[in-house]
Amino acid sequence: MILQAILFYLFVAVAVASGVMVVTARNPVHSVLFLILAFFNAAGLFVLIGAEFLAMILVIVYVGAVAVLFIFVVMMLDIDFAELAAGMVRYLPIGALVGLVLLAELVLVLGTWVVAPTGSSLMAAPLPAGGVSLSNTRALGDILYTRYIFPFQVAGLILLVAMIGAIVLTLRQRADVRRQSIAAQLARGRTVEVVKVRVGSGAGD
Amino acid sequence: MVIGLAHYLTVAAILFTLGIFGIFLNRKNVIIIMMSIELMLLAVNINLVAFSVFLNDLAGQAFAMFVLTVAAAEAAIGLAILVVYFRNRGSIGVEDINMMKG
Amino acid sequence: MVVAHSELAVAVVFLPLLASVIAGLFGRAISDRGAQLLTCGAMILAAVLSIPLFQEVTAAEGPHIIPLFPWIVAGGVAVEWTLRLDTLSAVMLMTVSIASATIHVYSIGYMAHDKSIPRFMSYLSLFTFFMLALVTANDFVQLFFGWEGVGLMSYLLIGFWYDRPSANAAAIKAFIVNRIGDFGFALGIFATFVLFGALDFDTVFGAAPSAVDKTMNFLGWEVPALTLACILLFIGAMGKSAQLGLHTWLPDAMEGPTPVSALIHAATMVTAGVFMVARLSPMFEYAPTALAVVGVIGGTTAIFAASVGMAQNDIKRVIAYSTCSQLGYMFFAAGVSAYAASIFHLFTHAFFKALLFLAAGSVIHAMGGEQDMRRMGGLWRKIPITGTVMWIGSLSLAGIPFFSGYFSKDTILEAAWASGTAVGRYSFCLGVFAAFMTAFYSWRLLFMTFNGEPRADEETMHHAHESPWVMLIPLFVLAAGAIGAGYLFQGLFVGEERAAFWKHAILVLPEHDSLAAREQISWVIGSLPLVAGVLGIAMATLFYIVDPRLPARFTAQFRALYLFVLNKWYFDELYDWLFVRNAFTLGDGLWKTGDGMLIDGIGPDGIAARTRDLARQASRLQTGYVYHYAFAMLIGVVAFVTWYLVPR
Repeated sequence: MILQAILFYLFVAVAVASGVMVVTARNPVHSVLFLILAFFNAAGLFVLIGAEFLAMILVIVYVGAVAVLFIFVVMMLDIDFAELAAGMVRYLPIGALVGLVLLAELVLVLGTWVVAPTGSSLMAAPLPAGGVSLSNTRALGDILYTRYIFPFQVAGLILLVAMIGAIVLTLRQRADVRRQSIAAQLARGRTVEVVKVRVGSGAGD
Repeated sequence: MVIGLAHYLTVAAILFTLGIFGIFLNRKNVIIIMMSIELMLLAVNINLVAFSVFLNDLAGQAFAMFVLTVAAAEAAIGLAILVVYFRNRGSIGVEDINMMKG
Repeated sequence: MVVAHSELAVAVVFLPLLASVIAGLFGRAISDRGAQLLTCGAMILAAVLSIPLFQEVTAAEGPHIIPLFPWIVAGGVAVEWTLRLDTLSAVMLMTVSIASATIHVYSIGYMAHDKSIPRFMSYLSLFTFFMLALVTANDFVQLFFGWEGVGLMSYLLIGFWYDRPSANAAAIKAFIVNRIGDFGFALGIFATFVLFGALDFDTVFGAAPSAVDKTMNFLGWEVPALTLACILLFIGAMGKSAQLGLHTWLPDAMEGPTPVSALIHAATMVTAGVFMVARLSPMFEYAPTALAVVGVIGGTTAIFAASVGMAQNDIKRVIAYSTCSQLGYMFFAAGVSAYAASIFHLFTHAFFKALLFLAAGSVIHAMGGEQDMRRMGGLWRKIPITGTVMWIGSLSLAGIPFFSGYFSKDTILEAAWASGTAVGRYSFCLGVFAAFMTAFYSWRLLFMTFNGEPRADEETMHHAHESPWVMLIPLFVLAAGAIGAGYLFQGLFVGEERAAFWKHAILVLPEHDSLAAREQISWVIGSLPLVAGVLGIAMATLFYIVDPRLPARFTAQFRALYLFVLNKWYFDELYDWLFVRNAFTLGDGLWKTGDGMLIDGIGPDGIAARTRDLARQASRLQTGYVYHYAFAMLIGVVAFVTWYLVPR
């Protein structure tokens, strides 16, 4: 128990600190690295709570893919170090106030959470009662491919669309790069042709 | 002390608020905004998983997976847009993006 | 007999309307010539039909009411369209239609080069219809309808050449001054209704004797009701017939074409007031105070207009003031209960005044548009026919024996003296003096226009020519009337047969019967008007033939008096200072400040400006920075959460 508590507070502290550093770091690469740290700590929290599959997925997808993508972009765009602009200070009081109000309210609401008496019957995918002990992975797999097959497929489609979208958005044709034109190649009529070519000039396209 | 649901929810709330701060308190560049959005989604995930565990309802974790998927897709698209925007405008400073000024 | 009556009457009254509508709406389709022929044909037919109608109606016993169709049925008021045929309306029908027909024919020639001939002919016929509806009215409402209608047509015809600002101004002036009179008239109708509970003539006339002692509350005072009603009605007559006080529009109305001046402002419309007083004689007879007012104003108008007419230089203005003066005669005749004489003078006056106007139109036509007499002169050789008919008209106007004006004018003056009342004697004195002035200005006009050396330039004199036959024939017709109408009809109208002629169309109480009393007056009094007329002619001869330098010396000597008279006793200036300027200030104030600043400022403009301001403020929210928008969303979220958090 006590270990759990210590680990919990450790993870939380680091995660919150990383979050603050993400926003306030001067070097954008540092920001991304701090984001990765935050993800790791959140994964740790997940493990503590018993959702280890999700924790690993978090690391693999978020850190391995999304955060790396961030680093790619940051480095590609060659962003300069940015000073904390003067505008931030001006908005800080009112923004902080509003945020703190929100935080307080969220805590108020969530901290006094009670489950309605009828809530147990509303569960969407209750864990099997009794002493059958399934691993998190197994349990998730059980419901994911049976009950939630449709959202699963849709998620796949979303990823497909995102991939196509990203490619379409950023693809650019360079004017001075020679490319193959398959159609032109296939439409070539005579296979052999003898052409008198002047020395020095190319064979033409 | 026993770490209960409220603790996890508080954590999520704090991370969520940090994400929000990141969106409108930053004056540097748009990437910070995207990262703040990721922070917020992370907070939501923590919420979902915490509820799922403490209510013995697996749907929360399944949903968290989908959130993860969508977050990834959205990050990809968002960054693609950012890259194109940078190509056209040459800067991703937040204060330079005001073409929609009314 | 009864059947023939109705159809004749309906034809006489409605033929002009039909012609007017067709010419007005389809003028372009039927061409100028078509419009002229149609309207003149209809008018001549109506005039011809009015003569047998006159004979039948005057032979029949009692008024003949022809109901046409119901009009207003509301509460206690039931009004029908009817035609009332009695002696008075038959006389008026005949006068109006004959005058109108001659003037229609004259207009063919006079307006031959105008660009809106169908419109003109249509207006003339429509005016005639309104006038005929007025004289055949059997109740106050139809009378008022005709009244307003002729006022409208007067406006349209004065401003016929609407591209002239002076014509527009004159038309508005006529309409507004008439309106003031009409307001009094309307109040009079209301008073009558309150007093008698009905609006048709027979009911009102029957109840008039019993209403003599009733009083009414007017602006806080208890006034005799019948007197009040009659005076209010007379105010309407003052406006329509240009009596002193509401006369200012008549000279300016000469802006209209000459046929209009002849028809409306000499023969017919301005006589509507006289007709009304005669028609309402059963009421006026029981309100002697009102009659006295009528008499005083009539007499004063007669002298006022005659004095102003002596100094005018525009040929049409002289005749206009002459009309005003003669109307004064008609009114003070009514004031001494000599309604028959008043109508008789109306009848003869229609002929010779229309003749004078049309002849003046001939002169103007010959002079190529010149109207100022100071630039005329020596026209006898050029336009002798016009000169002759003008002499005939003037002789009739001045009351020279045998011409028609002599019979009617002298009858009026004798009746005025014979009535014995103070008002009557006052009117007589003024009337005789006015007769002198009338003769003077008439011959001044004749001499300045036709005699002496030509004061116009060579070119104009060379072009001066007699009018075409289409303009001369109406002049002959009217001249015949100016010569013979008096002698032929004087027995019927004011002579021995008058009681049998008028029957109940006019009521004269025995104690007021001045026409009968004039048998008793001495021949000295009776010949005074003639003496005055001859003196006037003599004086004019002296001033304009014998010694033409006299007028200039006279006006130089009595400069102030001359200016006073030349400027129409400064009535226009007085009204301008009293009413017009204040009305304009009030109007401007209400317009610019009231409407512009207050209402527009608070209403549309104000709301628009505030909306623009609000929008501008709101657009400052659109900064273009995404994080501002995100901040706004956050504030919204916090607000929602707070709303649901706070226990209600």
